[in-house]
Amino acid sequence: MRMEKIATREAYGKALVKLGEKNQDVVVLDADLSKSTKTEEFAKAFPERFINVGIAEQNMMGTAAGLAASGKIPFVSSFAMFATGRAFEQIRNTVAYPELNVKIAASHAGISVGEDGASHQSVEDISIIRSIPNMTVIVPSDAVETEAAVMAAAEIKGPVYIRMGRMAVPTVNGEDYRFQWGKGVVFREGTDVLLVGTGLMVDVCLRAAEGLQQEGISAGVLNIHTIKPIDGETIIRMAKATGAVVTAEEHSIIGGLGSAVAEVLCESYPVPMKRVGINDAFGESGKPMELLSKFGLDPQSVMAAAKDVIRRKKQL
Amino acid sequence: MDIQELNLLEEKARQIRKNIIAMLKEAGSGHPGGSLSAADILTVLYFKEMNINPESPRAPERDRFVLSKGHAAPVLYAALAERGFFPREDLLSLRKTGAKLQGHPDMNRVPGVEISTGSLGQGLSAANGMALAGKLDKASYRVYAMIGDGECQEGQIWEAAMFAAHYKLDNLVAFLDHNGLQIDGRITHVMSPEPLDEKWRAFGWHVQIIDGHSFPEIINALAQAREVKGKPSMIIANTVKGKGVSFMEDVAGWHGKAPKPEEAEQALAELDQRGVR
Repeated sequence: MRMEKIATREAYGKALVKLGEKNQDVVVLDADLSKSTKTEEFAKAFPERFINVGIAEQNMMGTAAGLAASGKIPFVSSFAMFATGRAFEQIRNTVAYPELNVKIAASHAGISVGEDGASHQSVEDISIIRSIPNMTVIVPSDAVETEAAVMAAAEIKGPVYIRMGRMAVPTVNGEDYRFQWGKGVVFREGTDVLLVGTGLMVDVCLRAAEGLQQEGISAGVLNIHTIKPIDGETIIRMAKATGAVVTAEEHSIIGGLGSAVAEVLCESYPVPMKRVGINDAFGESGKPMELLSKFGLDPQSVMAAAKDVIRRKKQL
Repeated sequence: MDIQELNLLEEKARQIRKNIIAMLKEAGSGHPGGSLSAADILTVLYFKEMNINPESPRAPERDRFVLSKGHAAPVLYAALAERGFFPREDLLSLRKTGAKLQGHPDMNRVPGVEISTGSLGQGLSAANGMALAGKLDKASYRVYAMIGDGECQEGQIWEAAMFAAHYKLDNLVAFLDHNGLQIDGRITHVMSPEPLDEKWRAFGWHVQIIDGHSFPEIINALAQAREVKGKPSMIIANTVKGKGVSFMEDVAGWHGKAPKPEEAEQALAELDQRGVR
C-alpha cells in the first residue's frame, strides 16, 4: 500500500482548492508563510478569498474569529509553533471559548522541520491545543488522510486544529480511505503489543510492527488521527488484546498522544506502557531523517519500547 | 440637532448609568469606571446610529458592535437591556453563578453580544474580521468597535490597526475611550500610548478627536465617518472615567471596584438629580 511520499502540507494546499470550489464560504488566512504552508495554491485559485495578514498571528486568529462570526469558514495557517504558541490566548479566548467555526491548519510541526532548528520546531502544540475546551485536534498520518480531514473539518461546526508537517512522508492509507471523526484506524491487529501512532509516526509504527513480526512478536498498529476527542473504545479494546502499549508521536512525551492514551488506559485499563516521543527537550538543526533518528523517532526505537513493555507485562 | 432626540438620548444615558450602578452593587464586583466613561457613546450607537433589531439579533444585515474593552461589560449589558435585547430584570444576575451575564461578555449567552471579549487587545481583530466579511459579501452593514486607551498598550491592537487600513475597511468605525486611566494609574505614567491621534493617523486611519460625553459631537463624528472612503475610522473620544458619579470621576481606584450599598445609593441619587453634562 505504501506509495509515493508527499508532505501533508502539500495535500493541504490541494485540498483547500477543492474545498474552495465546493464551498464559497471558505476563506483562507495566512501570516506571510503561504509558500511554506501551501495556502498559495488557494491564493492563486481564489485571490479574493485569500487574506494575508502579514507577520501577525494574533490578529490573524482574531480576524478569523470575526469572519466566522459573520458566517465564513476560515482556514488559518501558519507554522504550528506560531499558530499555537504566539496566538495561544487568541485561540483560547476569541476562537475556542465562543466556539467559533475556525479551522487552524498548522504546518511545520515537529522536528522534521529540519534545518531551521528549535525555534521553528513545535513539539508542544498538541499539548497546548488539546487542553483548550471545545477544540478538536487532528494529526493526519499522510496526504490521503490530510485531504479527508480538511474536507471533513469544513463540514463540522466549531474550532478544529489540524497538525501537518513539512517533510514528505510515505502514504499509508489506501485510495478507499474514509475519514471518521474521533475514530482510530486499525492497521493491524496484534496479540503481544499495541503500537499507537499519530502523524508521520504511523508509518514508523507499521515498519516497527513488520520488524517485530520477523522476531516473532505480534504487534497491533492503531492510527489515532483524532487526538481529541480520543477513541478510548478502540484503544481499550486493543490494549485488552495485547496487554502492553507503546505510543509514538513527533511531539513531546508531555501532553501529546502518549499522555492522551495514558489518560485513557490509567482510568480504564492500566497496562504496561511506554511513550516514544521527544523526551522533554527542544529540537535542533539538521536533516529531518537524521533528526528523527537522533531523537529516537524511528522503527528501532519503537521496537525497543515494544520489547520493554512486553518484558514488563511478563513480570506482572 | 433635534432637541427632542437629545433629550431622549440624555434619558437613555441616565438610565444606562443607573443600571450600571445597580448591577455592580448587586454583583459586589465589576468595573464601573470604564463603563461610565463609555455610556454616552453606547447610548448613541444603540439608540441612534446602529441598524439593529432586538427581535432578530442575528439578522445578517444588522450592524455589529464589538466591545474590545470587555471589562466594561456592564455598559454593554445595560444598553442591550434598555434597547430590548433581554429583560431589564436580568441585569441584576450579573456575575452570578449560572447567569448569562458573565463578568465579561459571552456571545453565546447574551443576545446582542457579537463576540466574546475580556482579554484586552483582541476585539478589534474580530471587528476587522466582521468588516472584511461584509466587504466579501458586498453587504451594507457597518461594524463598530470600542477599545480602551490602556488597551492600546497591547501589541495586537497595532496588528489590527495595520490590517484594517491595509484592507481599506471603511465599514469599520472604532471608538477609543480615552479616559486616561488604567488599573495602576494614569496611562501616561504606567506606559504612555500617546500621542494616540498621531499613531492612528500614521497607521492609516481617518482620525477624529471629540468630547466623548457630547451627544452632538458623537453624532457628528459618526456622520463624518460614514463619508470616509477607503479607510477605517478612529474616533478618539476624550472621556472621564466614572463619568456621572462625583466620587468616581477620574479616580483610577474605581476601575474595578463595585460601590458599597451606601455609595451606590449616593451614585443613583446623583444620577437622578443632575444631568451628567
